[in-house]
Amino acid sequence: MSAATVRRSDLKFRVSLNLRSVLGRAYPRVIGANREPSWIVFEGILPLLGIAAYVFIYQSFSEAAIAAISAGQCGASACTSPEQQAAFLQAAKANVNALVASVVLGGTMVAFWLNVLWSMASQLYWEKEIGNLQLYMMAPMNRMALLGGMAVGGMFMTSVRAIATLVAGVVVFGVVFQVADPLMLLAVFFVTLVALYGMGMMFASLYLLWGREAWNLSALMEEPIFFSSGFYFPMGGLFRIPGWGSAVALVGSIVPAGLGLDAMRQLTLGPTAFGGQLWVLSALVELEVLVVLAVVFLILARYCLAYLETLAKREGKLTSRHQ
Amino acid sequence: MKTYWSTLKTAAWLGWEMDSNWTEPWLFVVYSVIKPVAGAFILVLMYLVFTIIGNVQSSTLFDFMYVGNAFFIFVGTTLFGTFQVIQSDREWYQTIRYVYISPISFYVYILGRAASKIAVATFAVVFTLIFGVLFLDVQIHLTLDELPLLLASLALGLFVLLAIGVTLAGCTFLMARHTQGLAEAIPGLFYVFCGVLFPLSVLPDWIQPVGRAIPLTYWFDITRRILLVGSPINTGLTGYGDLEIMGLLLVSSVLFFLLSLGVFKFGELLARKAGKIDMLTSY
Repeated sequence: MSAATVRRSDLKFRVSLNLRSVLGRAYPRVIGANREPSWIVFEGILPLLGIAAYVFIYQSFSEAAIAAISAGQCGASACTSPEQQAAFLQAAKANVNALVASVVLGGTMVAFWLNVLWSMASQLYWEKEIGNLQLYMMAPMNRMALLGGMAVGGMFMTSVRAIATLVAGVVVFGVVFQVADPLMLLAVFFVTLVALYGMGMMFASLYLLWGREAWNLSALMEEPIFFSSGFYFPMGGLFRIPGWGSAVALVGSIVPAGLGLDAMRQLTLGPTAFGGQLWVLSALVELEVLVVLAVVFLILARYCLAYLETLAKREGKLTSRHQ
Repeated sequence: MKTYWSTLKTAAWLGWEMDSNWTEPWLFVVYSVIKPVAGAFILVLMYLVFTIIGNVQSSTLFDFMYVGNAFFIFVGTTLFGTFQVIQSDREWYQTIRYVYISPISFYVYILGRAASKIAVATFAVVFTLIFGVLFLDVQIHLTLDELPLLLASLALGLFVLLAIGVTLAGCTFLMARHTQGLAEAIPGLFYVFCGVLFPLSVLPDWIQPVGRAIPLTYWFDITRRILLVGSPINTGLTGYGDLEIMGLLLVSSVLFFLLSLGVFKFGELLARKAGKIDMLTSY
């Protein structure tokens, strides 16, 4: 066995090589972003406006509700006492805070989901189109390290937008979060991210197979996923619709952001928010499901990547563009 | 003039082929419909959730929001269809240098490329409105008398959208590949300030003038006046008559058209000076 072969099969060397690959692939995303600071405006600040629109919708609903209560309407019937009216008013204000907070949390997750779609899932296809993929394939590192580096770099870029959204939610819209269990919240957040980016890694391979359809698929997985995974409203609302509502919610639960958001909303607003009637499962069960999703997506990503690389090489499509 | 028309036609055909030839026609139709309908359903669920926990129903507010959201499909699609042309030709297909040196108006070429997106958006808007009337009980009333006004306002609305799109395209000459961020951010700006989903009066007082300075605000207002007859919602523009709104829309459209010419030429000039016309910025 030659010295080079011995070195390549050394575990320490392989771990070090793959870690350097992760850093190497994350590096251009972080540094490239710093060299082109306009992305902070386009991806950090301006998207807040879209979220603000959803906040204002809830506020306009709330204005109508508060006006009705102030006029003496408590639910379906007239208020029977000033105490009942005051209780309804207080509940209406608490509901608005919870709904606006739901939008703000959804807005942070939108940032990660879009990053997964456009900078993870479609990235290998994009690399093929611009001619980098063949270089990656010839390099000696594990392909998962390459995808891992893309994920780490993407998470860094996206975190700026996510943090901007959270800060805007608290400062501009006056959202009040009540975090009773910060460790659990962090666990849910990071497991959701791992599961999401694992899904993105899996899609990255599939997109290589699907070619140009993948680009359109990414576009198609924006609003329909925002809807089915409850990015702007508690997902439990879907389960309140008889028939198709539950089916849509179940499909939406496959995207880890759906259950992740539901758990984070419970952990930041309290399980009694919305009268406790709009949660899908308890936060702990959702965390367990998310762990399973994370493991499954990472394993699937590994197998998809190996299979599609072989397939693409066999069919000679690894470097062919515009297909 | 003949060259302009020829450029417009050819670019429109090219845009249509690029948009639709990746799949079967039926799948393309489904694709064109699912996205906007899902967008409408987000609002439906937001409304539903509020009625569950708030015990309050306001169908007029829902109709207001639904119609605004349906017509907003034009905004996202037309803007994206216009300003993505430079970056898609430059970064993706890497054909911009060949198109750019051909003896045509690049401005007209961009307008032509957007035409197919407008056609698809029109289909999606009509589908969304019909869906709302049939399944969500949205109360739309359109009489034949009002049809010319609706078509005129639609033409002006699309004209101003194209002008804004070309203005942004002028900026993208100088930008790295952030079209996706731009596609999300700019419509978001109009989503908030133009009273698309909620009356302008919901916004804080100091923001409302921003909305009034954007022509799309008038377009959404006149469209809802025509389709939602007798809506009691105070939009903040109730003091204006229909023709005054149309006049404001016309004047602001012309201003935005002139702005688009200026910004596009300036962006192009700076890009040529900096050698950025066919730059690649992938990372």
